[in-house]
Amino acid sequence: MCGIVGLFLKDRALEPELGSLLTDMLITMSDRGPDSAGIAIYRDADPDRIKLTVQSADPERDFDGLGERLEKALKTPVDLTVNDTHAVLSLAAASGEAARACLRSDHPGIRIMGAGSSIEIYKEVGLPGDVARRFGLGNMAGTHGIGHTRMATESAVTTEGAHPFNTGPDQCLVHNGSLSNHNTLRRRLRHEGLTIETENDTEVGAAYLTWQMQNGATLGEALERSVTDLDGFYTFVVGTGDGFGVLRDPIACKPAVLAETDRYVAFGSEYRALVNLPGIDTARVWEPEPATVYFWRHDDGPQNQRKAA
Amino acid sequence: MQVIDLATMPLRDMNATLQAQGAETNQRAWEIANPRGAHAIAVGLDAPIAVRVAGSTGYYCAGMNQQAEITVTGSAGPGVAENMMSGKVVIEGDASQYAGATGHGGLLVIRGNAASRCGISMKGIDIVVEGNVGHMSAFMAQSGRLVVCGDAGDALGDSLYEARLYVRGSVRSLGADCIEKEMRAEHLAELEELLSAAGSDAVAGDFRRYGSARQLYHFNIDNAY
Repeated sequence: MCGIVGLFLKDRALEPELGSLLTDMLITMSDRGPDSAGIAIYRDADPDRIKLTVQSADPERDFDGLGERLEKALKTPVDLTVNDTHAVLSLAAASGEAARACLRSDHPGIRIMGAGSSIEIYKEVGLPGDVARRFGLGNMAGTHGIGHTRMATESAVTTEGAHPFNTGPDQCLVHNGSLSNHNTLRRRLRHEGLTIETENDTEVGAAYLTWQMQNGATLGEALERSVTDLDGFYTFVVGTGDGFGVLRDPIACKPAVLAETDRYVAFGSEYRALVNLPGIDTARVWEPEPATVYFWRHDDGPQNQRKAA
Repeated sequence: MQVIDLATMPLRDMNATLQAQGAETNQRAWEIANPRGAHAIAVGLDAPIAVRVAGSTGYYCAGMNQQAEITVTGSAGPGVAENMMSGKVVIEGDASQYAGATGHGGLLVIRGNAASRCGISMKGIDIVVEGNVGHMSAFMAQSGRLVVCGDAGDALGDSLYEARLYVRGSVRSLGADCIEKEMRAEHLAELEELLSAAGSDAVAGDFRRYGSARQLYHFNIDNAY
């Protein structure tokens, strides 16, 4: 069992409240997932820059002087914002790959949790309320965000095993359920050259979507193909730079509730995660259909209810 | 009318209060305010009382109900009226998966849609859904009646025993051993009675009947792997 929450704002006036609304939703889902929690938040998008969210088990050692060391190695300005065990490195988008390579080779204690022009990912073990507090999630503004509370079933309770998982630039995945063919799929994806670090089933799901998109699929197409290629139970919620999507497996035993008003689209594993949202009493509230991709984007309105498979 | 506000009274106290009502109680009308999607609201009741839940509920509302008439003005989460024995449960909105599962008796009315596995393993309960039902509804249903005024999803009535299914709209697919059956006078009569009890204005003659082909009752070597 796990809990998922998501909030995609249509009304920009709500943006300053995104973190507090999402934190409240996340904490309500604590009893679905008390061992770890995480959040992906989309804010301050700048297409010319890349943000790398990094994490360390020893942040005092690893983050001290990290910005200067990267600036020296990459010969480009780097902003470093430390937030507890995580830090966000912001630099020119053109230096993104070089920064990743430098982190991998010279900073073995640092793990890259997310990358993109607007995404930031924060996740840790512990009660969702404690995780939210240590990162100050409640004070964050943003355009949309996804949160996850984890009750581990397939792999260890670790920071790396917590959700969300970054699947590609500005993309992330959270999952409630369990994939049963993740070992086979992990071997196949590693053979295709993807890096999969843990024994976690959701990381394989995320890598699968990344692999599909590297081979030309859109996120919607990748999700639709996952209905065929992923075996097991899942409710997926995905985030992109300007979008928000939901997919449930054909059996659909993992719960899911969507709510939509003129101001937002919200997702909760249960309705009680949504009860404090403004205008929820008059929102359209429904259970997403099995094997159906729902997707919203800021650009062009809803693109929901495409039947998969 | 007795009002219990779940914003102030703990859930267990609310259920204990309702469960303490006996056959002779004078407090026959109750309202539960601020359900806010909480789990297990109004479960295990066994008295002829009316309970109106003003809002939407989470998992397992009205489970194991006997005698009571419970109305939810919003939508209900998974497992509403699970294992109901008697009485009546009305959901004004939608119901999530496995509504009325394993129910032995009573009437469950869902004014909106029901999700997957509605009436799974039902054992005598009657269920009237004014909207649609999702896939695998009435799976292994043993007895009772399921009435669907809208459409039914995939694998309706899979591995059905003796429950009778009535659907007005389309059926995406029938499950193993479920077939369409002739609608005879006695079926029209029982369907009219059910629709009337549910307060539905649907016309019995517009429905089709489905039931068990009874081919899975006995071991057949051709069905073995």
